[in-house]
Amino acid sequence: MGESIRLKTPLSDKDVEKLRIGDRVLISGVIYTGRDAAHKRLFDLVTQGKDLPFDIRGQMIYYVGPTPAKPGQIFGSAGPTTSYRMDAYAPSLIERGLKGMIGKGMRSDAVKEAMKKHKAVYFAATGGAGALLAKKVKKATVVAYEDLGTEAIRRLEVEDFPAIVVNDIQGNDLYVEGQKKYRRE
Amino acid sequence: MREIDVRLITEQVRDLCIQANIDLGEDVLQAFDRAIEKEESPVAVDILKELKENARIAKEEKVPICQDTGFAVVFIELGQDVHLVGGSLSEAIHEGVRRGYREGYLRKSICHPFTRTNSGDNTPAVIHTELVPGDRIKITLAPKGAGSENMSRVVMLTPSDGVEGIKRFVIQRVKESGSNPCPPTIVGVGIGGTMEQAALLAKKSLLRPLGSKNPSSELDQLESEMLAEINQLGIGPQGLGGRTTSLAVHVLMMPCHIASLPLAVNIQCHVQRHKETVI
Repeated sequence: MGESIRLKTPLSDKDVEKLRIGDRVLISGVIYTGRDAAHKRLFDLVTQGKDLPFDIRGQMIYYVGPTPAKPGQIFGSAGPTTSYRMDAYAPSLIERGLKGMIGKGMRSDAVKEAMKKHKAVYFAATGGAGALLAKKVKKATVVAYEDLGTEAIRRLEVEDFPAIVVNDIQGNDLYVEGQKKYRRE
Repeated sequence: MREIDVRLITEQVRDLCIQANIDLGEDVLQAFDRAIEKEESPVAVDILKELKENARIAKEEKVPICQDTGFAVVFIELGQDVHLVGGSLSEAIHEGVRRGYREGYLRKSICHPFTRTNSGDNTPAVIHTELVPGDRIKITLAPKGAGSENMSRVVMLTPSDGVEGIKRFVIQRVKESGSNPCPPTIVGVGIGGTMEQAALLAKKSLLRPLGSKNPSSELDQLESEMLAEINQLGIGPQGLGGRTTSLAVHVLMMPCHIASLPLAVNIQCHVQRHKETVI
């Protein structure tokens, strides 16, 4: 891997303003897990004007449903899940102060618009690299929705979690730009 | 008649669930190496190396390669001279899946379609049984992740669409799937039969080892042509751009009705898992 930018969570506007598509980052600090079912619940809380189970301002959500940890393991295999399924819910969380999302795959225009407007960034982690990414998790605790099992919201303490900036606050998209570069008509 | 106790099948299915999820096949690792040699994008090369490293960690530490340990898809080739004793074959398979996913610390990903309530033990399995000559049972376990399965499609083309129509649909499917199915992918294509048979052919085509040739020269050529076109799309590993959008295209074909041309495209992510055993 080439030069990486070290990012420490929580993220400020200043942190995300300097990030550009293609930047490789190593994330350290706290990130929260959440995928399909947890997003639906968070979204419902926002719609009802209720408080979220954690303060989302400046935070990063990782779209992941890990395998159960083996005895002696801190966290099970944990690569990103495909992000578009969270597109319906993401803009309202971004509006509430969410600064980063980690997943894989393209986002909708509505999510990209919300990222531009409220200064948030979307990162891709390598899909399928679950065993490798699990090693970056140093501590994991369930903070909400334990009944959802793998889909529960967990607070992770990560160290040098590798990701790449796919959507920046200027509206650029690495999927579009990267693919254009290698396409042959 | 050879008697086989179904409890033996439960044990084998259990072991296959665990092995398939932690030990990526040598054929896939070799396909990564070939891709690294050809790849022009530095980001793509890094990703392919990361995938190799991930497979090494999974195998060494006996942990799942990917957190999506999949739907347990089980292919059974049952010898017609086998007499199964000790209970139901299906229940024996489900029990093997239940134990494999629990004892192997694999993720349970199966839920009720409406309420989304998790079954809690990754059952039921999807079981495809075929009767074959002989007195043996071959069990193949192919856990299937949803990221790539969601990008799969079945279409009933018209006969006039022909081979060109087939190619167009397959390539368009890969293009539209973009970064979602965790490229580099393997594209399984089923042509002919009926609607459900085409889908099954597409799934079965994925069991062929990567790097092996299609025994039919006609289909071998079709596979090469489609792969070349797919890898011009520029999608690349993880959709971040590059030469390696797919590692292979595999085609299985059978005759179809005079009025139809069924086509199924089953996309498989780079974690191409399958293990088999013969009892």
